[in-house]
Amino acid sequence: METVKKHFFSDMGVMLGRSMRHIMRSMDTIITVCFTPIAMMLLFVYVFGGAIQTGTDNYVNYLLPGILLIAIASGISYTAYRLFLDKQRGIIERFHSMPIARSAVLWGHVLTSVVSNVISVVIIILVALIMGFRSSADVLSWLAVVGILVLFTLALTWVAAIVGLTAKSVEGATAFSYPLIFLPFISSAFVPTDSMPTVVRAFAENQPVTSIVEAIRALLSKQPVGSEIWIALAWCFGILIVSYLFAMRAFKRKV
Amino acid sequence: MGNAAISVKGLKKSYKDKEVLKSVELEVEKGSIFALLGSNGAGKTTIVRILSTLLKQDGGTAIVNGFDVASKPEGVRQSISLTGQFAAVDEILTGRENLIMIAKLRHLANPRQVADDLLKRFGLTDAADRRASTYSGGMRRRLDIAMSLIGKPQLIFLDEPTTGLDPEVRIEAWKVVKELADGGTTVFLTTQYLDEAEQLADRIAILHEGIIIANGTLDDLKKLFPPAKVEYVEKQPSLEDIFLAIIGKKEDK
Ligand SMILES: Nc1ncnc2c1ncn2[C@@H]1O[C@H](COP(=O)(O)OP(=O)(O)OP(=O)(O)O)[C@@H](O)[C@H]1O
Ligand SMILES: [Mg+2]
Repeated sequence: METVKKHFFSDMGVMLGRSMRHIMRSMDTIITVCFTPIAMMLLFVYVFGGAIQTGTDNYVNYLLPGILLIAIASGISYTAYRLFLDKQRGIIERFHSMPIARSAVLWGHVLTSVVSNVISVVIIILVALIMGFRSSADVLSWLAVVGILVLFTLALTWVAAIVGLTAKSVEGATAFSYPLIFLPFISSAFVPTDSMPTVVRAFAENQPVTSIVEAIRALLSKQPVGSEIWIALAWCFGILIVSYLFAMRAFKRKV
Repeated sequence: MGNAAISVKGLKKSYKDKEVLKSVELEVEKGSIFALLGSNGAGKTTIVRILSTLLKQDGGTAIVNGFDVASKPEGVRQSISLTGQFAAVDEILTGRENLIMIAKLRHLANPRQVADDLLKRFGLTDAADRRASTYSGGMRRRLDIAMSLIGKPQLIFLDEPTTGLDPEVRIEAWKVVKELADGGTTVFLTTQYLDEAEQLADRIAILHEGIIIANGTLDDLKKLFPPAKVEYVEKQPSLEDIFLAIIGKKEDK
């Protein structure tokens, strides 16, 4: 037991190295993850953008936070996919019969998810810059944006972990992300919520994406963040804690 | 206990209402090669999974290298290594990376050196930097066994190590197993091939319908076989005959 604990971080490092290699050898997954959000961004900015009234002069600035959330929501489905494949293959049994902390394997996947999502977020921000995205945010605000995005990624990654660990098929392991990708559409990510019918609007204004989007948008444009950021953080932490507990339970039951 | 690497008493396991292990008793001496024989679905893998702490038993006790699998799984894991029925290699990594990864997880001082030595020993040097997914079945199995040797565990489980291998690679795998035992490692292997047990094992146990129906050296098992009748040519019973005879006797009852 002692030795297992003593080596937890080095073992997790080995696991992280392993799944990072998996990602680096399938760069197409990162490109696929970036492709749809970038295509959406182009579509909304150059096709619909002229008709959308957001009250800002730069629609790319308005749109970007929602696009980033969509990218993360589709990115984490690969985490579920990789976990599912791992569970099916013999290699995980080998790890589990070795004196290493079992959760080191899971944490390796989780950290890999964060790293790969950071890569796609950076790619998308670069494309947005080309399309005219500008931010007046200072270093501190950027750090806050990074913090929220990482927290959001972690929260969804643990949701993905539950799915990856309990899924019965590859389709099941990946399909769950579609509703997550859809969520930003019924939020203030693309259009302000005041134009929506009452019921939809009520949903839009009280679901996590809206507060997260508004908080990031405010940070990027140097506006006061108000209470949105606390609501956003509460959502992220809430989802994170609940899904972490369920994922750990599913994990313990599986192994 | 003393000299027992594995000691199993009254082991029970059911999946839902399917009773796979009814009451398994077995003992494996340190440094010996022990073969567990059984037909498809007899429960060989189930026993291996319980002994290697991947699965919890429903009843009975199993002591591996002095550690109870149920209450001291960490101790068991420190001293064993498992080569599962299906090759447990990371297909996206190269052969070398697979070996280095395991060496790091075993916290060895020089993972690269360990990997190089094993690649050479298992004839994988030329393929070392190719992804394991491009390996043939035999190469994958060799890599798999090589990964299990890292860190020199006292006890190695090999679940059907030669299923699906061509005869040449099979004989090579046998050689490795014998070398291991000569070096003092205890080997617990399962197999459906009677000749494999006959070739390798110091002791053989036959698992049938949830219990061990025969257990002993090849000679012991031969004694269980009805004495050869005087016929035109006297035929020594092969293990296959013994196996079929014992199972037949049980089923006649
Ligand atoms: N997870 C499971 N859930 C339900 N039944 C299972 C499970 N695992 C194994 N079984 C059943 O238990 C029995 C024993 O399986 P086991 O894999 O231990 O046999 P085996 O001797 O290793 O067979 P083989 O030679 O085919 O590898 C089989 O009938 C199998 O269908
Ligand atoms: Mg089996």
